[in-house]
Amino acid sequence: MSEHLTVTVNGAEIAVPAGTTVAVAIMLAGQSCRTSVSGEPRGPLCGMGICYECRAAIDRVPHCRSCQIVCSPGMEIRTDE
Amino acid sequence: MNNPQPEFDVVVVGGGPAGMAAAARAAECGLKVGLIDDNPALGGQIWRSSLAGQTDRECLTWTQRIQAAGVRVLCGKVFQQPQPGVLLAEGSDHLYELRYRELVLATGARERFLPFPGWTLPNVIGAGGLQAMVKAGLPVNGKQIVVAGSGPLLLAVAAYLRKHGAQIAMICEQASWTRLAGFGFALLRQPDKIVQGMRLKRELAGIPFSLNCWPVAASGTGALESVTISRNGRVENIRCDYLACGFHLVPNIELALLVGCEIRNGYVQTDAYQRTTAAHVYCAGEPTGIGGIELAVIEGQIAGLVTRKRESEARKLFARRERLRGFARALDRTFDLRPELRELAAPETIVCRCEDVRYSCLRQHSSWREAKLQTRCGMGPCQGRVCGPATNFLLGWNSESVRPPLFPARVESLASASSAAQLPD
Repeated sequence: MSEHLTVTVNGAEIAVPAGTTVAVAIMLAGQSCRTSVSGEPRGPLCGMGICYECRAAIDRVPHCRSCQIVCSPGMEIRTDE
Repeated sequence: MNNPQPEFDVVVVGGGPAGMAAAARAAECGLKVGLIDDNPALGGQIWRSSLAGQTDRECLTWTQRIQAAGVRVLCGKVFQQPQPGVLLAEGSDHLYELRYRELVLATGARERFLPFPGWTLPNVIGAGGLQAMVKAGLPVNGKQIVVAGSGPLLLAVAAYLRKHGAQIAMICEQASWTRLAGFGFALLRQPDKIVQGMRLKRELAGIPFSLNCWPVAASGTGALESVTISRNGRVENIRCDYLACGFHLVPNIELALLVGCEIRNGYVQTDAYQRTTAAHVYCAGEPTGIGGIELAVIEGQIAGLVTRKRESEARKLFARRERLRGFARALDRTFDLRPELRELAAPETIVCRCEDVRYSCLRQHSSWREAKLQTRCGMGPCQGRVCGPATNFLLGWNSESVRPPLFPARVESLASASSAAQLPD
């Protein structure tokens, strides 16, 4: 069994295996990542840090590329601001 | 303590197959080598490791060689060249100012995405993109997945997803039988590729594989629920959880453009020794032509050796490179996009996802530059990396122009960049 850690996505706690990226944690929480300029929900597209569709606020830092960042214990992830 | 202004004989940008091979060969010749990549782990996209760690034997071998030869591996994204011989890169919490005598660009490739109605829905994701997400912890056990687009990556991705428990509803390849038959013939000259192909065929047994087939629409409320495909001229609807969709690959040439390399037909021009037209700049792997891992490793080795003036040793690799380039040319011919795909985007389909610019708005303009100025197409954070190749295919626009920073960079990085530009050599 791999080790798990807990993060929050929009305030709700979720346990993910160590090594999971923030983009995956957001998907596991059933959320989209960002809202586009015309109001569409968006999720990851390229998975490799190029498209910027997976942007989210991580520990209050806005516009992080969530597919390039690995979850750490207690991380606060927000997609709703 | 990390020195933020390291000096190297050779800096290699890109930690995939080409970059790893270049860095190892140059360092094994006794040079001081720095290798920088945006990803925390070596391997690039094709050798991306999963939560379970790196399992590809060739990647492990090159990793060992890199470590044994004393290559310094850095994590950061290169965003500017304030003057020849210096690159600026943003790490997670600081700025690197990398000084080099020779520069090897091994920046790899990305997937080509084409707009069609519904392609912006969550869970419509790149083919390589979904594989990367699974490697990053996304479970796909029991999920219905349609894999669509073009290129050999689709097969590798489908096999990977199936191995992780996904139900592959269909693989939709836009290329035709005639094209693929020609590709089969080219494979006869590549024994390694045949073995890989046979292994894949076993792993894909029982999955419906359709040629002349592509997605025409994705639909769902809030996220993907089903995809409509065109298959041999008929339209079908398939329910699915994910649509893994990419139309072969496009090279990452932005840094090459920034440092002044000549680009021809979309690829970085190199001579027999992988030297670009810019002084002291080499290029290896996908930016010189989409050719796969083996070719990238050979080109990387040649570039690495030549940075230490080991031309005669490099020449021993030329014959193998020629053979592999034959395969690359066959790839281009086979997975060339059919013109019908230009009809996929409807007037209201978003083409530029960063700025939500629709196809009808773009068609009122005559060039990439004009569209950028008038509609903000390509002006968002991806800087045209997604919509540039799409508008190139849809409208014939040339989006080959870059300006620093190559990626959105932090304000403090940009401030340091302007002071670095004034530093003496």
